[in-house]
Amino acid sequence: MSAIWAIVRKDLRAYYLKPPLISWAIIMPIVLVLAFYLRHPEGIGDLLPGLVAMTVLFGATSMEGIVFTFEKRIGALERLLLAPVSLRQVLMGKVLGGTLFGAATGIAMLLIGMLGFGVSGPRWEIALPVIVLSSFALSCMAMALVAGVREVFEAMTLFNYFRFPMVFLCGVFVPVAAMALPLRVVAYVLPLTYVVDGLGGAFPARSGLFSPGLDLLILGGYSAVFLLCAELVLKRSVRREG
Amino acid sequence: MGAAIVMESLRKQYGDLVAVDGLSLEVEQGEVFGLLGPNGAGKTTTIRMLVGLTEPDGGRAAVNGFDVIREPVKMKAGVGVVPELSNLYPELTCLDNLLYTAELYGVPRRERLARSEALLEQVGLTNRRDAGFGKLSRGMKRRLTIAAALVHRPAVLFLDEPTTGLDVFSARSLRGLVRELNAGGTTIVLTTHLIAEADELCHRIGLLVKGRLLALDSPAALKSRVAAEQRLWVELESEPPATALEQLAAVPSLSLAETAGNRLLLAATDVHAALRDVVAWSVNHGLRIRHLATQPPTLEEAFVRLTGIDADVMTVDKPQKPAGGG
Repeated sequence: MSAIWAIVRKDLRAYYLKPPLISWAIIMPIVLVLAFYLRHPEGIGDLLPGLVAMTVLFGATSMEGIVFTFEKRIGALERLLLAPVSLRQVLMGKVLGGTLFGAATGIAMLLIGMLGFGVSGPRWEIALPVIVLSSFALSCMAMALVAGVREVFEAMTLFNYFRFPMVFLCGVFVPVAAMALPLRVVAYVLPLTYVVDGLGGAFPARSGLFSPGLDLLILGGYSAVFLLCAELVLKRSVRREG
Repeated sequence: MGAAIVMESLRKQYGDLVAVDGLSLEVEQGEVFGLLGPNGAGKTTTIRMLVGLTEPDGGRAAVNGFDVIREPVKMKAGVGVVPELSNLYPELTCLDNLLYTAELYGVPRRERLARSEALLEQVGLTNRRDAGFGKLSRGMKRRLTIAAALVHRPAVLFLDEPTTGLDVFSARSLRGLVRELNAGGTTIVLTTHLIAEADELCHRIGLLVKGRLLALDSPAALKSRVAAEQRLWVELESEPPATALEQLAAVPSLSLAETAGNRLLLAATDVHAALRDVVAWSVNHGLRIRHLATQPPTLEEAFVRLTGIDADVMTVDKPQKPAGGG
């Protein structure tokens, strides 16, 4: 555990807590929510769970992908692989950095929606676990995608193959229940669906497709699968590049 | 003393290229062992297999008694590695880099600061304690990378091409540090393509070419293998005529290796006989000797003779990887 926290603290200090990133984490949600508010002020309350989910998605994946590929490229990742730390601990340390950043941006979005645009607050006992576990699952997904690549641009391109379809298919703007059956089937396979659904369930005026407990369980399952994939991909990548 | 490192038929292949081909050897505790070979000989791949970064395709290896495949975490706890690339974190200060490494290696919290500060002093970077790693010169980065490899007091230290790309003074100071660490009991394994460096630092040297171990011995013993033939430098006061050179070439005790004006390089198996014959030859032709010297074989000659590789190949530096670590 000590090694995992050492990696998390180092990443927070070296990358995530730098002023430009903190300001991005605040400005990005403000711009997003403001854009949708100006277009349709009355509907912002309905859109907020989707916007929080989208913010968590981009917050949990972008910086983690940059940090991981940057360290791989300069050889610093190799230092972790040389240390008496298992591959799983290394990955967990890296993933938790992304998780904390993703969760912080998601919570910032929620607070901006509530305090700045008058949206009524969620049930925090549901919203907080959903945001944190969502951020963890999406960080694990990002790690599974970047574990095998070396360049930042490769990571970003790969992310976008998954992120943008998810934004349109997972109920961020259009409810999954209102989609055609083939699209609904695809939506059920994508993790962001359960993030949006779980967050929807946290707001009193809305109800999700599934109970928040089931959403959390599914997100936990996704986390385990993605982490396992990341471990396999990184092991193969180290063997190939070694 | 027992073996710090054991390799048995270690093998690694990338596609059709066999990088390491059935390498078997032992490195004793407290030894400075050098893997010497041209670029692409398999030195770095061997080190990477020993430190758990690359999985061997065959054979086995153990460091400090721990199998590198089956017990990688235990093995890594007793090993320090200085990769060819100085790869600490550019965003962290020198001190923070050492503190972070100490934490990763499980150094108790109360000891981390004292050890890190002592190491900064040992590598001469106390005055750069709070400078970012990214802001250091190449030599300083190298020294801090070595300090980071020592923070958990490893029993075995691996140095991959330690002086590549360093200026003369930094390289010399680094060689001094290696000797100092070895005197303190650390087993050191270094890879190098610099013959003089291996000669100066290593107790034993393994000559590696195309993944195969061609010779394994102390520098002195390797030189003595080619000592059967010694070099004789002769400088005359004037250039000898061609007929005189023809007669010299026909003398049975020596062979004429090179001529350049009034300077001759001779090879001789019996130095005593060769000296007598050269002096007689010069007197017969009315040539005065200005300078005469015998030259024992160098490690470079031993390398060339044992591997069949031109020594010039060894002076070509590896291309540097594009990275920020320097």
